[in-house]
Order: sequence, then C-alpha cells, then structure tokens
Amino acid sequence: MSTIDVRGLSRNFGGLKAVDEISFQVNEGEIFGFLGPNGAGKTTTINMLCTLLKPTSGSATVNGYDVVRQRSQVRRGIGLVFQDPTLDEYLSAEQNLRFHAYAYKIPRESQEKRISELLELVDLADRRKSKVHVFSGGMKRRLEIARGLLHNPRVLFLDEPTLGLDPQTRRHIWDYVLSLRQQSNLTILMTTHYMDEAENCDRISIIDRGRLIALDTPDKLKDAVGGDVVTLKAENNEKALLELKEKYQLSPVLENGNITFSIPQGEKFLPRLIGTFQTPLLSIGVRRPTLDDVFLRLTGRAVREEEGGLKEMMKTMMKMHQGRGR
Amino acid sequence: MGDLFLGIWVVAYRELLRFVQERTRMLSSFAMPLLFLVIFGAGFNRLIGALTPGVDFIQFMYPGIIAMTVLTNSIMSGLSVVWDREFGFLKEILVAPLSRTGIVLGKAVGSATISVGQGIIMLVLAPLLSVSLSPMLVLKLIPMLIILSVSLSGLGVLIASRMRSQQSFQIIVQIIIFPLIFLSGVFFPVNNVPAWLEFISKINPLSYGVDAIRQIFLNGEIAAAGMGQGYPLGVTVFGHTMTIVQDMLLVAVLGIVVLSLAAWSFSRQE
Repeated sequence: MSTIDVRGLSRNFGGLKAVDEISFQVNEGEIFGFLGPNGAGKTTTINMLCTLLKPTSGSATVNGYDVVRQRSQVRRGIGLVFQDPTLDEYLSAEQNLRFHAYAYKIPRESQEKRISELLELVDLADRRKSKVHVFSGGMKRRLEIARGLLHNPRVLFLDEPTLGLDPQTRRHIWDYVLSLRQQSNLTILMTTHYMDEAENCDRISIIDRGRLIALDTPDKLKDAVGGDVVTLKAENNEKALLELKEKYQLSPVLENGNITFSIPQGEKFLPRLIGTFQTPLLSIGVRRPTLDDVFLRLTGRAVREEEGGLKEMMKTMMKMHQGRGR
Repeated sequence: MGDLFLGIWVVAYRELLRFVQERTRMLSSFAMPLLFLVIFGAGFNRLIGALTPGVDFIQFMYPGIIAMTVLTNSIMSGLSVVWDREFGFLKEILVAPLSRTGIVLGKAVGSATISVGQGIIMLVLAPLLSVSLSPMLVLKLIPMLIILSVSLSGLGVLIASRMRSQQSFQIIVQIIIFPLIFLSGVFFPVNNVPAWLEFISKINPLSYGVDAIRQIFLNGEIAAAGMGQGYPLGVTVFGHTMTIVQDMLLVAVLGIVVLSLAAWSFSRQE
C-alpha cells in the first residue's frame, strides 16, 4: 500500500481551479517532489493532504487514513514545515518544541531526550534557551524541521523548505533531509521551484496551473527531452547548420549565434562529430538537460525563480510594517 | 474526549507561558483601569458625594473598575488569536491532533486565568479606598470573576475567529467593546440615565456582570438601596431588581452561546 495515495483530488477557490483532478502515489521511504511555478497549486495540494483544507472533490489517504474523515489519525502521523514560519517567536526554541511535544502526546520521560537529539541534529543545541525572534531565517527553518520530526512522523511535508534562504543554508538543509532518509524510513513530500533542489528527489511531479503534467524520476524526465544538449559555434554558422542537417540528420536551431540540438548520449557523439565535421568550429559543448529544459518543453514557459524571491520579500516587508508600533 | 482536554490544557499552558514572558503586557493591563479609578475617583468623588447613605462614588466605582479590568483583558484573548494567525503559529495549533473545541476553550481558559488573576491583584487597592474586604467576599467574588472572564474571552475568540489582522481587531474593540464597557454601569448607575442610554445599558450583557460584582462588594444592599431617592443602584429589568445569582446565570448563558459559536466557527476554519 502506498504511504500517500491521491485520487482525482481537486480544489476550487470560487471559480478558480487551484488543483484540478490530480492523482499520484508516494511509496514509503521516498522523497517525492512537487515542481512548478508559484500559484501552480503545490501548496493547496499539501494543505489538503495535511487536513488544513477540504478537497472540493476526489480523495486522498496518508498512512492509510482518509484526509477528510480521519483527520486526527492523519495529523498524528505527519510532520510539517510550512512555507512561512509557524513558530512562536516570543518563546524559546525549547519552549516551542515543548509545546509540540505536549500537543502530540510525546511521553514526558522521552521528551527531554528527543528534544536534545533533534536540536543536536539541526545544530541548535547551543541556542536551546534563546528566544526565536533573535534567530535568522535559516535557524528558524531548521528549528521548524526539528519540530516537524519531534513526534516521529512517518511522513514529512516540506513546503518550499529553502525559500528565501541563502545557498549555504539551503545546502545545509538538504544535507539534513538526505541524511534523514538514510537513517529512517521517512517518506518526504516536498514542493520547490528551485530546479537544482528537485534533482535530489527520487521522483518528481511537475505541476502547472493545477494540473499534474508529468511524473517520473529526474533522469527519465530529462531523457524525455531527447538526450543531451549540444551547443556549438562555427566560423560559418549557416554552413555548419546545413552540414548538421544533411550529414547527421539532426534538427539544429540557431539562437543568439549558437547552434543547439539534442542527441542521446552526447558524450559519445561529440568525438565522432569533431572527427568528421568539415566546417571549422570555434567552440563546442555538451550538457545534460536540466529540469528547466523539461519544464520548458512541457509548458513552453520557463519556471521563473525571481517570482518567489519577490513574493517573499513583499511578505517580509508587510510583516515588518504590521509588527511596528506594538 | 481526550483530544478535547489535551487541547484545552496545551493551548492554555502556552497562553500563560506567553503572558509571563511579556512583562510589558502585565503592566499595561492595569494601566487603564487604574487611570480611570484615579482620575474619575479624584475628580468626581467630592462633587457627587454619597450615592446612598454609606456608599460614596469611589466605593460605587471600585467594583466596576475590577469588572472592567477583567472585561478588557478577557476580550484581548481575541487579540492573541489574531496574533497567532498573523505570525503563523495558529497553523501549528490547527494542524496538531487537537480538537477545535479544545483549542477555543483553551484560549478562553488561558485568558480567563490571567484576567481573574489581574482582577484579584486589583483587590490590594481596597484598603486605600476604604472598601472593606472579607475572606467571604473574596470567595464569592472568584466564581463570578471566572464566569465573567471565560464568557468574555469566548466573545474575544469568536470575534477573532475570522479576523486576519490585528488592526481590524483593534477597530472592533474600539467601536464595539469600549462602548459596551462604558455603558455597563462601571461609572454610573444604569437606572438614572436618559431612556435611550438606559435601554442600551440594559441589553448590554456586561451590565449584569458589573452588577453582580458590585453587589458582592456592597453586600447586596445597593440593589434595592436608593429606592427612596427614586432609583436603585442595581439593575432593574421591568421593575424587577436582578439578584447576584440571576446576574451570574445571565452571563453564563452568554458565555455558553459565544463559546459554542466560536467553536463552530473554528471547526470550519480553513
């Protein structure tokens, strides 16, 4: 039985179909990624799976429990890290964890050990007594991950766990996530719009405008683009273009003075090409396709990262504004 | 059932924990009632003199000020809900395996505990104002303070259950809650005012809470006292003067209604 089983799940907000009939299964111990631009429906899906939002139609189970009819059982078995912080900033790191321990009925005798273990795991053991409002964004996120794991959930939901964090902290958080998977049989469902992060997932579902448009391992998704991407520049691009078409039966495109085409197993093709190509070359390179190429091919649009940055910035500014004068 | 009590205790625990961390809130909660007591007390006491033989204006107002301390602080339970929503912590509470009714009751219990504590602290002023206190009086007072503060905290949570920002909650407090407090007989007997004001005061449930606390302090004698001068200091409805127990029941019914509505509103929360 799948740990997460989603069938025909939909959610409307007024006339808008935020999530439109999506279905997928996640197996135990898997890192399952939701990739898509902002507003694609990733967070709405997570909110339905963690019982915060009722589906308009369709059904879903987590750990075998229905997310509408067995909400308490679902909640007990999941850990959550939301996009926006959900810590009590005026309490200390330990007090935040303590609250969580009480709410999830962690036996008193094991609370102390568990809290110490997790603070150790996220490198916050020395900040145990500090109030959360003095923490940096990365520290808050790490504390939230510790809290999400405190009650030994079988499934961890991570909604954009690294949004708005610096690259070093992002790397750090990924190290935790990957080491967690090795240590336990934790199932992780996460959303991201960072392509490089999605590469860490076992399987990725690409979601766009509420619909699930692709679901596979990162490698297979990239293979679907049609192999590796070769980029070259010749002394005479027109002549090179013609030669590629006639001699090698490729379909190259000329773009910004560079010729690009895709070919399976590009590393093996490159020496053959260089050995036999007549037109003098200025440069040539081969790269694996990225998930950007996948998304571009499937939707005709690129996933833009700066949207997230801007949105995050505005949210922070609004909070700062509201927080003033208290 | 287990989820219900767990919810009440966890949420109330955190409410109290938050309160002791915030020293400024502790002080500021006494500021307004004390200000009114000092300014109005000093300003009007000599002017007004005895309302009835043996009850001067300060002695009349002081129980009202205690009620006011409890009222304002209880309503602020709503602010804590809005605050939690704004800063995200409400999501952590809502996604935990706690019953929604338990969460609402927990907020009310936590906030009521704080309010009752503050009401009791106000009692230290009694000797300064030559109001006599007895252990019996305090014993009678505490249950009434509890009923009043749980009910009003419920009202605060109900108002806050759908509010998104602290500003909008503050506006509601200013246009609805403050008038209700001022028109609840804290500063003047509700029987000797223009008819429209009397009408508003008597449909205002807070009046009955204030009345009960005042009757406890003045030993019930004020309800009917003053009859000779044409009006009693208690609350009369259709010629009937309310007793302490009737006041209590009325406030308790209000509390049950608002808490049920708040729990319903929270259970439909998304």
